[in-house]
Amino acid sequence: MSVTPVPLLSVTEIVKRFAGITALSDVSLRVETGEAVGLIGPNGAGKTTLFNCLLGILRPDGGRVQLDGHDITGWPVYRRARSGFGRTFQRIELFAGMTVVEHFLVAARARRGDGRLWKDVVGLDRPRPQDREEAERTLELLGLTDVANRSVEALSLGRGRLVEVGRALMTEPKLLLLDEPSSGLDRSETAELTETLEVVRRERGTAILLVEHDVEMVQRFATRLYVLDFGTLIAEGPTRSVMSDPAVRRAYLGESGEGEPGVGEAV
Amino acid sequence: MTDFISYVIRGIPFGCVFALVAVGLVLTYRTSGVFNLAFGAQAFVSAAVYYDTRVRHEWPIILSFLLAVVVVGPLVGFILDRFIFRYMRSASELSRLVAALGLLVAIPQMVQLWFGQSPSFGVVGIWPSSQGSNFAVYHLGDYSLNGDQVATLIATFIVGVGLTAMFRYSSIGLRMRAVVESPRMTELQGINADRIGTFAWMLSSLIAGLAGVLLAPLFAQVNSNNFTILIVAALAAAAFGKLSSIPLTLLGGVGLGVLGGILAGYLPTNSVLAQGLRPSLPFVVLFLLLIFSPALRRRREVKDPLAGVDPPPPGLAAIERSPALTWSTRIFGLIVGLGVIAFVMNDRYWLLLAIQALIFATIFLSYTVITGMAGQISLCQATFAAIGAFTTAQLVNAYDIPVMLTIVIGAVVAAVVGGLFSIPVLRLGGIYLALATFAFALMFESILVPLDWVGGGATPLKVPRPVIGPVDFGSDRAFFFLCLVILIAVSFLVILVRGGATGRFLDALRGSEIAAQSIGINPSRARIVAFALSAGIAGLGGGLFATQVGFAQPADFAYFYSLFFVVLVVTLGSRTVEGAINAAIGFIVVQELLKRIGLSASWEPIFFGLGAITYAKNPEGILEAQKRRSNAFVQRQFNRFKNTTTDPVPAEPSST
Ligand SMILES: Nc1ncnc2c1ncn2[C@@H]1O[C@H](COP(=O)(O)OP(=O)(O)OP(=O)(O)O)[C@@H](O)[C@H]1O
Ligand SMILES: [Mg+2]
Repeated sequence: MSVTPVPLLSVTEIVKRFAGITALSDVSLRVETGEAVGLIGPNGAGKTTLFNCLLGILRPDGGRVQLDGHDITGWPVYRRARSGFGRTFQRIELFAGMTVVEHFLVAARARRGDGRLWKDVVGLDRPRPQDREEAERTLELLGLTDVANRSVEALSLGRGRLVEVGRALMTEPKLLLLDEPSSGLDRSETAELTETLEVVRRERGTAILLVEHDVEMVQRFATRLYVLDFGTLIAEGPTRSVMSDPAVRRAYLGESGEGEPGVGEAV
Repeated sequence: MTDFISYVIRGIPFGCVFALVAVGLVLTYRTSGVFNLAFGAQAFVSAAVYYDTRVRHEWPIILSFLLAVVVVGPLVGFILDRFIFRYMRSASELSRLVAALGLLVAIPQMVQLWFGQSPSFGVVGIWPSSQGSNFAVYHLGDYSLNGDQVATLIATFIVGVGLTAMFRYSSIGLRMRAVVESPRMTELQGINADRIGTFAWMLSSLIAGLAGVLLAPLFAQVNSNNFTILIVAALAAAAFGKLSSIPLTLLGGVGLGVLGGILAGYLPTNSVLAQGLRPSLPFVVLFLLLIFSPALRRRREVKDPLAGVDPPPPGLAAIERSPALTWSTRIFGLIVGLGVIAFVMNDRYWLLLAIQALIFATIFLSYTVITGMAGQISLCQATFAAIGAFTTAQLVNAYDIPVMLTIVIGAVVAAVVGGLFSIPVLRLGGIYLALATFAFALMFESILVPLDWVGGGATPLKVPRPVIGPVDFGSDRAFFFLCLVILIAVSFLVILVRGGATGRFLDALRGSEIAAQSIGINPSRARIVAFALSAGIAGLGGGLFATQVGFAQPADFAYFYSLFFVVLVVTLGSRTVEGAINAAIGFIVVQELLKRIGLSASWEPIFFGLGAITYAKNPEGILEAQKRRSNAFVQRQFNRFKNTTTDPVPAEPSST
């Protein structure tokens, strides 16, 4: 695989410590424009922590994060979001009390930066027609049209995750970070989501970094994989070769030796 | 040097009392998650009971003490826990704060109904002394302490040692420590968390009562204001102990007392600075601690991992109901409004009340912004109103500027102060933000208001009514319409901002701060704007109020109003413009009713203070909740009438 001089995302030797434990030690990775990359690892490996460091929700204790060649390590969360990060959360984070379409509209508005109070006052900063059209399209893409005006509390967990994906897409990210989007979804829903993500990646050129326990989904979706274990990268490379790496299988299958079926042998 | 030590010694007893209340505060906070701002009020209850029995009815010391501290103190705690806070375990931090605020407003008023409004002097402490005089003096080398001071030291020592021993060795102490971690988890292990909670409440209320009885003789009077200072000092001490460490909390309380003693000793007694600074020391310390203590800033609220999450606020009634119903409601409202206007135009007395209601509605709209939209509780809105009023008054008196213009300038100044003030406190969030605004209100009142260039000194500043072109608003009828127009304009402002980007960003932030940030919303900016807007609206209302009264009087903007208004608006509805108007009408009408019936005006804060407890159940306000219920009812009848099954009634949220 050829590596362009300036990757979309480049993470260099990130270190993150919590009281007593090192959640990430010297993790480096890169994601190219429009690429589909998987990040896997057992529970507690540090995947969510890495996402939080990328987005600025956590301050890493060392290392650098670059987006399009700019060092964004010290930037606040909202600024990173505006410059091209979109994400979903492992523990669902929706705006209580808002409808699905409102989620999408507020995300579309947030993309354009801070509001001006005087514009609100003269009624200029209302949702625009093109935002509404965009929201319609996103609703359709994710199959949420029937619940567009439903408050998010009324949705199932699986559809809530889709709302999160849609909300992130509405900000037109260059890089989408998805934290276990398939949990709460059944098999067919997962397959559908995988396809949707593939469409998004192809048509919009959005790079996607996917954290996922569903091995089948990862294998179908990601072309390249990183494997985290206890805060260190233990493997990286094309999906096929990583999946058959003995170290990965050991970490994934754990001490017991009998893990999820499909790791390795499905390749 | 001897001076210094004697100042230190003089400060220690005060510090001990602060420390006692602070320990109670930490204890209840850790066991029930309630930040009980009402401990100062509870201390006042015990002090009043002690004074009444001991001085007015000449009971023996021991009997008065037992009744005030051992019976009444814990009893109040028991009642608060059993009937209020027990049901709020899984309520949001904010609704618990609102309930505690309601009590802080209501309890002193209830006591004053029975005890009397004015401070009582001639307090006798618990130290036995000959002939009821408290001049038993004890010498320690060159230094001396009187009996009350000695009693305070001993009592604090006993409480400190007793609590430490209890947590270390007794089984109830150990179980309390378990409850602190997670009430639900503890219950799964077969420990009755409710019972532990009740015990903690009674214990800390006993300590608060003890503090009250000890404090009164130190100030030589029983006066509810001293108990406000007491709770703020205790908050500062608790903040010093990071809301968890009892030894540090004790140390913080004593340190604060000592600092106060030293200041009192060295500052010249007659300077304005000294007179303002000395009593406001706890406010300043609390404010600085909140802003500069990183531990507090980063600390998440005590949250039970197994507790239920807040149910989301239900949609506004106006959104859920059908357009036909909305329009008929609006037309009905318009007719009633016109009727009221026709009525007050012919009744001077009610006209004045109506003008007041309009002005208060304007001020209350500032809560619609800060609490309804931004989800924050601010305890300094009366301060922003005061800034508007004083700016107006100073400008009118110093320069020849038209009054209407000075009111606008006043609003702008208030907005700027609000915006600037919000920058350091916003990252606190939730309950700590509320405390910081409280400290700010008290600092403003005790340090700035007495200054000539702010409050105008001894005589209140005159503020004339505005004159715009040919219209002189000196006539109440004309002024009524001016206030009406301003209220309508501000209402539209609020509605527009709520529907615009600012409002939507604030909605998102209230829903999930972290998700809002991750779609690119700048949380500080949105909140600073909300704070400034809210302060500006309050400042505008304050300026209007001053022109209505004819003076800018500090007493009209006392910190008490900040507390009372929160409680009032939150009870009646802080999320809608309608709620603010309802709150203003409620405020004026209840006041008037009490006057007509011949009841004390204290009943109003009591009524709304206790009403605030309903906030946990109806975060959108009781009127809004009623409206939804009646909407559903009317809609059902409507549908039955139409005899169709299409267009079903919007389901009423089933939870709570
Ligand atoms: N805020 C925190 N404070 C302390 N430790 C934390 C914090 N967040 C995460 N950790 C610890 O860091 C480690 C990595 O956690 P992380 O949530 O990143 O794992 P993960 O790979 O996302 O796991 P999972 O697959 O279960 O989601 C864990 O040991 C976790 O306990
Ligand atoms: Mg995770």
